[in-house]
Amino acid sequence: MSIISRGFSGRRSGADVKLPPGQYLTTDFPVLSAGPTPHVSLDRWELTIDDGTKVLRRWDWKSFRDLPVETFTVDLHCVTRWSKLGTRWEGVSLDTILADVESDASYALAHSYGDYTTNLPLKDLMNRKAWIAFRFNGEDLAPEHGGPARLLVPHLYLWKSAKWVRGITLIHEDQPGFWEQLGYHNYGDPWREQRHWGD
Amino acid sequence: MWRTAKVVSLRNETTTARTITFEVPDWPGHLAGQHVDVRLTAADGYTAVRSYSIASAPSSDAHIEITVERLPNGEVSPYLTEELVVDDRVELRGPIGGWFVWRTQQAEPVQLIAGGSGIVPLMAMIRSRASAGSNAPFRLLYSVSEPAAVFYRDELRAVSDHDHSVGLTYTYTRVAPEDWPRVPGRIDPTLIASATWPSQHSATCYVCGPTSFVETAARLLTGSGYSPDKIRTERFGPTGDRQ
Repeated sequence: MSIISRGFSGRRSGADVKLPPGQYLTTDFPVLSAGPTPHVSLDRWELTIDDGTKVLRRWDWKSFRDLPVETFTVDLHCVTRWSKLGTRWEGVSLDTILADVESDASYALAHSYGDYTTNLPLKDLMNRKAWIAFRFNGEDLAPEHGGPARLLVPHLYLWKSAKWVRGITLIHEDQPGFWEQLGYHNYGDPWREQRHWGD
Repeated sequence: MWRTAKVVSLRNETTTARTITFEVPDWPGHLAGQHVDVRLTAADGYTAVRSYSIASAPSSDAHIEITVERLPNGEVSPYLTEELVVDDRVELRGPIGGWFVWRTQQAEPVQLIAGGSGIVPLMAMIRSRASAGSNAPFRLLYSVSEPAAVFYRDELRAVSDHDHSVGLTYTYTRVAPEDWPRVPGRIDPTLIASATWPSQHSATCYVCGPTSFVETAARLLTGSGYSPDKIRTERFGPTGDRQ
């Protein structure tokens, strides 16, 4: 049961915008990162798919950028409670990335330059739900937002969209990533408000 | 779960920031650096939630403090800094966060770097160090726009005067006190070299402030030889999503 905050009326958005529970709308693009922003040069950048023991696919920047590009517009929901709607990106679909990969794994662990990790079910990367994104609002993705390229999985809270992504490990047994070990929810569905352990 | 918290005292830190002390009877305890969600509910059921860093040290007396900077177009911070009075009740959830924390058993040197209201979680670390009787050597580099924008001024002076293992350096971006040796401006490599632990001390760094400040500070630290894995950051965006 909520208690009423005497004299509080709040500031509701006039528009009929549907946000996940507990979120508020922003037009800025705030940054949440656990440490310094890595600066990765394109001539040393690579993206790999591996199975925990061997690399299954590998791209350097040039071969990655030769992959078919999609432009897509999605809503972003951060666990720190801001939501940003209608953001426009360019990237390569994970369906393209994983198309020729033979695996019966059920989970994925994304890892980044700077050693960040995050885990998610492999099916959440499939069927046009996830991308490796490298342009935002028509510009190259800035380092503080994850450039040169980041994972983007907009149907989950934004910490699942690993910035500075360098690889994805396909695994049979789920294992928690960085924030997932530190109290954030293992799955992170904003519409079910899965922010923290026990939500 | 949401807990009911009663306001037991209010104190102005600056003309735009206020410290609120809550009594939370069933508060489970926290670590220095963690934050708490605050929920306000309007008469018609509309709610707004924001996160605020906890300013107080962990203690067993069921009291916690937050310091809130009023944002010009904020939805929650104007209420907390201007409307709230003693004996009012709000709802709290937490503590939250397991990364940007300092634990009292950490004995290594600590470098704190605050930009503006980013001092709040770092103050919890300084207070936690004192209340635990820790001897961990601390340094604080605290960047503010002008002298009047400093939070916790007297307490910081007392801590640095009485306990030389907390080193305190102020820096000013817009207006400095008279005769201040450094021209007001952003932090730079010279300041980092003079006011922070040399990287060979392997200090753990906690950097909190606006995004651009944190980006700069973290880049300067890595540029001066710090390993990125020794630097923990907490940023708040132009919307002030944390503060």
